[in-house]
Amino acid sequence: MSVLELSGVTKRFAGVPALNDVRLNIRKGTVTGLIGPDGAGKTTLMRLIAGLLVPDSGAISVLGIDAIQDPLKVQQVIGYMPQRFGLYEDLTVQENLDLYADLQGLPDAERQARYAALTHLTGLAPFTQRLAGKLSGGMKQKLGLACVLVRPPQLLLLDEPTVGVDPVSRRELWAIIYRLVREENMTALLSTAYLDEAERCNEVILLHKGELLGQSLPAEFSQKMAGRSFQATLPGMNKRSLQSRLARSSGVIDSTIQRTGVRIVMEADVQPDPAALPAGIRIEPVEPRFEDSFISLLREIDGQPALPEVSLARAVPSGTDDEEVIIVDQVTKRFGSFSAVKDVSFKVKAGEVFGLLGANGAGKSTTFRMLCGLLPATDGHLRVAGLDLGHAPAKARARIGYMAQKFSLYGDLSVLENLRFFSSAYGLRGSDQRAQIDWALQEFELKPYANSTSQKLPLGYKQRLAMAAALMHRPQILFLDEPTSGVDPLARREFWQRIAALAEEGVTILVTTHFMEEAEYCDRLVIMAKGDILAEGTPDELRARVQSDQLPDPTMEDAFVYLIEEHETGRRSDAVPAKS
Amino acid sequence: MRFLRNPDPAQQAARMRLRGMIRKEARQIVRDPSSIAIAFVLPILLLLLFGYGISLDAKHVPLGIVIESSSPEAAAFAGSFEQSEYLSPHRFGTIQEAEQALITHEVDGIVWLRNDFEEKLLSGANAPIGVIINGVDANTAHIIEGYVKGAWLSWLQQRAAEQAGELNLPVQLQQRVWFNAELRSQNFLVPGLIAVIMTLIGALLTAMVIAREWERGTMEALLVTPVTAKEILLGKLLPYFVLGIGGLALSVGMAVWLFGVPLHGSLPVLFISSSLFLIASLGMGLTISTVARNQFVAGQIAIIVSFLPAFMLSGFIFDINSMPPAVQVVTYLLPARYYVSILQTVFLAGNVWKVIGLNSLALIVFCAFFLGIARRRMSKRLE
Amino acid sequence: MWNHLKALIVKELLAVLKDKKSRLVLIAPPLIQLMVFGYAATFDMNHIRYAVFNEDHGAASRELLAHFEHSDTFECVAQLDGDAQIAPVIDNKEALLLLRIPSDFSRNLALGQTANLQANVDGRNSNSAMLVLNYVQSMVSSFNTDWMQDHGESPLPAHLVVRSWYNPNLVSRWFIVPGIVGLLTLLVTLLITALSVAREREAGTFDQLLVTPLRPFEILLGKALPAVIIGLLEATASILIIVFWFKIPLLGSLLALYLGLFLFLLSSIGVRLMISSLAVTQQQGLLGAFLFFVPAIILSGFSTPIANMPEILQALTLLNPLRYFIVILRGVFLEGATVSLLWSQYWPMALIGLFCLFTAGTLFRRRMV
Repeated sequence: MSVLELSGVTKRFAGVPALNDVRLNIRKGTVTGLIGPDGAGKTTLMRLIAGLLVPDSGAISVLGIDAIQDPLKVQQVIGYMPQRFGLYEDLTVQENLDLYADLQGLPDAERQARYAALTHLTGLAPFTQRLAGKLSGGMKQKLGLACVLVRPPQLLLLDEPTVGVDPVSRRELWAIIYRLVREENMTALLSTAYLDEAERCNEVILLHKGELLGQSLPAEFSQKMAGRSFQATLPGMNKRSLQSRLARSSGVIDSTIQRTGVRIVMEADVQPDPAALPAGIRIEPVEPRFEDSFISLLREIDGQPALPEVSLARAVPSGTDDEEVIIVDQVTKRFGSFSAVKDVSFKVKAGEVFGLLGANGAGKSTTFRMLCGLLPATDGHLRVAGLDLGHAPAKARARIGYMAQKFSLYGDLSVLENLRFFSSAYGLRGSDQRAQIDWALQEFELKPYANSTSQKLPLGYKQRLAMAAALMHRPQILFLDEPTSGVDPLARREFWQRIAALAEEGVTILVTTHFMEEAEYCDRLVIMAKGDILAEGTPDELRARVQSDQLPDPTMEDAFVYLIEEHETGRRSDAVPAKS
Repeated sequence: MRFLRNPDPAQQAARMRLRGMIRKEARQIVRDPSSIAIAFVLPILLLLLFGYGISLDAKHVPLGIVIESSSPEAAAFAGSFEQSEYLSPHRFGTIQEAEQALITHEVDGIVWLRNDFEEKLLSGANAPIGVIINGVDANTAHIIEGYVKGAWLSWLQQRAAEQAGELNLPVQLQQRVWFNAELRSQNFLVPGLIAVIMTLIGALLTAMVIAREWERGTMEALLVTPVTAKEILLGKLLPYFVLGIGGLALSVGMAVWLFGVPLHGSLPVLFISSSLFLIASLGMGLTISTVARNQFVAGQIAIIVSFLPAFMLSGFIFDINSMPPAVQVVTYLLPARYYVSILQTVFLAGNVWKVIGLNSLALIVFCAFFLGIARRRMSKRLE
Repeated sequence: MWNHLKALIVKELLAVLKDKKSRLVLIAPPLIQLMVFGYAATFDMNHIRYAVFNEDHGAASRELLAHFEHSDTFECVAQLDGDAQIAPVIDNKEALLLLRIPSDFSRNLALGQTANLQANVDGRNSNSAMLVLNYVQSMVSSFNTDWMQDHGESPLPAHLVVRSWYNPNLVSRWFIVPGIVGLLTLLVTLLITALSVAREREAGTFDQLLVTPLRPFEILLGKALPAVIIGLLEATASILIIVFWFKIPLLGSLLALYLGLFLFLLSSIGVRLMISSLAVTQQQGLLGAFLFFVPAIILSGFSTPIANMPEILQALTLLNPLRYFIVILRGVFLEGATVSLLWSQYWPMALIGLFCLFTAGTLFRRRMV
C-alpha cells in the first residue's frame, strides 16, 4: 500500500524550477532516504508534502488525502521536522512536549504514557525540566523528533535530521527511527547529506537539480558500480599527497582517504593502471558502496570538475617542520560553575592538519574560540604562531585565518565588497590588495558571482567565499569550525582538496568536524568529551586503539563511538579514570 | 475542562490547540523578563517621566523689571508682580542690562516703565507700559503675556479702588472652565499619556513575536501542525492582551492616585474602550510582525510608526483642531487619536456617550482592519 | 589605521544602504515625518469653534459678536436658544467655547455700567483652554477700547505695549519645527546604530570581525562614523526643508549649527553604542533604544519647557544630549546665536559623547579579551 504518491509535481520559484515533473511512490512501513546535493529540491519536496507549499502542477496524495486541497487534514496525520526544527528554547523539554501535544490534539488521558514512552525512547527522561536551549545539539534534535511524534504520525518527514549531530547521537537517532517504523507502524521519509546513512535506508530517492534521478534499494545503486572501486595504499607516502596524485590520474572519477590508503572509483570499463602510478603502490578491488554510485551519477550529469589547486600566491612563512605553532597548555575555561574545558593540553606543529573531534557539547567550540582569541581562558596558557594571545592579540590575529561554523560574512554585501572589506581589515592595500582579490576570485571560481549579493549565493559558493576571505592575508594558521556542516558530498570533496593543497604549502590547519571520514584527512587529531581530551594521535593510532576481535577493521566512526562510550561508562562507574 | 462534556471532537481539538498556544506564549512571557518589563516597568517609568516632565504650566517665570525713575505709582505697579506665584521678578537698572539678560535667557520677559510713566499716568494720557517677551517659545510667550495682563488688570482695579471708584470697563469677561477648573495641565496630559504608553506597549509587545518565530525557525514547525492561522494569531493576542490590560490598570491607578486626575466616567466604559484600543494596537504590532518576518525590520517599523505619531498627532499634546486640514486627515489614520479623545472625556467629563460611542466605533474599525490584515498575511503556506 | 577605518565605514554604509528596505526606512519616514509634524506640531489656535447663546437682543451684543465673527481665529458653529443646549454642545466637543450674553448686556452698557460676557471653555485640553481664554480676553479688550473711544469715555490710565523678540507674531511653529530636526536626527542615528552591534552578533559577523587584527576602537569608530555621516546628510536635508519650505528664518551662523550637530551626533551615537554593546539580543537592543529615545524626547524641552519640570527631572535633563542640541537649534535659527554664545551647550555634549564612546570601547574590549 502506498502512503505517499506524487505525480508530475512541478514547482517554480520566481520562474526558476525547483522541482520538475517529480513522480514517486512510497510504500508503507519503509524508511526512505532523499539524497541529493544542495539545491536539488529536497526541502521543497518535503514542504510540498507537508502542505506548506502549493505545486505549480501535479498531484500529491498523502494517505489518500489531497495535500493541495486539504493541507490541514494532511497535517493531522503527518509529523514533519524541518531542517532547523525550532524548539522554543525558553521552554523546558516538558513544556515543549505539552505544546505539541495540545497542537496535535493528543487527549489528556493518553499523555502521561506517551510522554514516558517518548522520553525513554530519546533518552530525555532525566532532563524533562531542563530548558530546551540548554540541551546539546544532539539532544535538541531528539527533542524535536519527540515533539513531532507526540501524537503518533503515520508518515514522518525529516529534513536533514542529522546535520550538526555527532556520530554517537546520529546512531541513536537512527535506532529511534527504525524502532518507530517497526513498533508504531510508521513510514519515514528523510533527507540527508551523509551518504553512509543512505545505506541504512530501505529505499533511496536520488534528486538532482529538481529532477528525480532514481528510486531503488541502496544495494541496487551500489551493485551498478561493481568492479569499479579500489583501495590504493603506498606506505611511506602522505595520504593526502597520494590522494591528490591519484585524483589527477586518468579514469579516476572519485578519490577519498580511507583508513591507511586512498579509495578510488574508476570510470566504467577502465581499470587502474599501476604503471602510470607511483612505484610500490598496491591496488586492491573493494566492495562498491552507495556513495560511489551517487558520485558517479552526478559526474555523468555535470562532468568532471577541474581540481582546485590552491596557491596562496606567495610563500607562506613556514617554520621548520617541528616548530610548534599552536601550544595549548593546561587550559581551563569555566562559565560560572560549569567547566566547559578542563585542563586541556595539546600542541600542533607547523604544516599539520590537526583535527578536533567530539560529541556535541564536548568543549570543541570553546577551545576553538579561545584559540582564535574570541574567549579568554580562565586558566592556562595559549600560544598561537609564537605569540601570546593575552599580550599581542592584534598581532596574533594578523597571522590566523578563521572560518566560522555558519556563514558569517556580510550577507548584504556583494562577493567583491566582502573580499575588499576583509582584505582591508587585514591591512592589505594597493596593488597587493588588488592582486589578492583577483587571486581569490580566480582560485575559488567566484568571478561570475563577483557582484552578486553574498546572501543569495548557493551554499557551496558561500563556503568558498568564506574560505577566500579567511585566506586573503596569507595566514600561517587556518581555523575551520565545522566547515562542512550541512554541505553536500560534492562540495565537501572539493573543500578537502583545497585543504590538502593548503597544507602542502605549509599552512597549519586546525579543524573541527562531525564527519568521521573527514577525520582521516587529518595528520593528527584529538577526541574530546565533556571538556576532557579522551585520546590524541594519528588516525591510524586511534583506530588501532579500538581494534579487537569483534572489530577487526574499525572505521574512524567506530573508534570515536567506542572511545566516547567507554568514557561515559567509565564516568558512570567511576572505575576508570577519564584520561587514559 | 474535563468535566465539560463536549460532543464535538473537532471543536474540542480546536480548543486544545488554542490552549496550547496560549500556555506556550504565557510561559515565554514569564521566562523572558523583557516582556514583563515592557508591560509593567515601562508604564511606571513613562508615567512618572511624562507626568512630571511634561507640564505646560509655567511657574516662577523670571521676569525683568526696569523702572527708569522710581515713583510710588511705579512701585505699586511693580509690586503687583511680586504677588503672582507665576512670575518671579528681577529688578534691572537700565533697559540695556535687562535686554542682555533676555539674550542670555536669564529672564524670559521684561516689563519696562519709562522715565515719563508717572507723568503720563497722572495726566490721564494712557501711559504705555513696555513689555518685551522672548518669543522663541511662542506658547510660553502667550502664557507670560497672559500673566502680565492679569497683573496689569489687578493693578488697575486696585488703583481704582484706592481712588474710591470702580474700574469701569464696558465689558467684563466672566470665565468658566469646564471639566478642569484650575486648568491643571496634568489633568489633560496624563489621560492622553496613557494612550501614548499603550500604543508603545502594544507595538513593542507584539511587533517582534511573530518575526521572532520566523527567525528562530519555530514558525515552520508550528505551521505543519494542525493549528490554524487564526489560532496562532489568537494565541499571540490573548496573553499579550492580558499583559497589556495589566499595564493599563497600573497606569489608570497611577493617574488617579498619584497624579490626582479625577475620574468622572465609569470604570466599565474605560475598560471596554481601552480593550478596543489595546486590541487595535496589538493587532498593529502583529501586522508589523507578519509583514516584516524579521526582528530587525519589525523593530525599525515599530519605532517609526508607534511613538512619534502617537506623540505628535493624537491630540495628546498638540490640538488636532489647530492643524491644517491635510494633517487632520492624517490623524484619522491613527487609533491613538480616538483613544486620546475617549480618555480625556472619560476622565474629565464623564460618560459622554456621543464622544465615547463614535470614537469606540472607529476603534472597532481599526481592530477589524489590523486583525484582518494580520489574518490575511498570516498564511499557513510558506509563500 | 585610516585604511582600516575606511574599509569599516564603506562596509557599514553598504550594509545599511544596499538593502532597498532599509534604505527606504532610513530616508522616507524621517522626511515625511518632518513634513507632517512640521504642520501638526503647533500650539497656535485657529478656527476656534464656538457657540453663542445670546439672551440679549440689543445692538451692543451684536456689535460684540461681530468682533468675533470677523476674526479669523474664531469660527461660529452654533446659535443656541436655551439653557438645555449648552451642556451637550461642549460635552460632545462640538464647540470648544460657549459665549453667553446675559439679557441685561446692552442695557448695562447703555447705562455706563459694566456688562458681563460669560465665556465657558472646554478644559479637557487645558492648554487650549488657556489660549482660548487669552484670545477672548484680547477680543474683549479691543472691544472695550473701541467702545470707550466711540462713547467719549476716558481711556484707561495705562496700557501694555507688548513686543516679542525673535518671533514677532508668536508663531509656535517657529519654536517647534527646528526642534523636530533634533528629534528626527536622533531617530535616524538610533535606527542605524541601535541594532547594528546586536545584529552582527546574531549573524556571527561580529566574531569574524573580532578575529581580524582590527582594534576595538577602530571597530567602534567604524560603527560611529557612518552614522555620523548619514546623520549629517539627513539633518542637512531637514534644515533645507525648514528654511525653504517652512520659511523659518535661519539667523545665526551655520558654523555654530553644524558644530552643534556634529557634537550631538557624536554624543547620541555614543549613548546608542553603549546600549548596543550591552545588549545581547536584538530584542534587548530595541528595548534599550526605546528606553533612551522616549525619555530623551520628553526631557529635551522639545514640546514643553524644561523650566516647568520638577527639579529632579531638570537635573536629569543635563544628561540628555538632545536638550543641548534643541537649545542650539532654536538659538541659531531664531535668535541668531553664535558659537561663543552657545559654548555652554557644546561642552556638555562633547563630555557625554566622549564618556559614552569610552565606555562602549571598554565594553567592546572586555568582550574581545
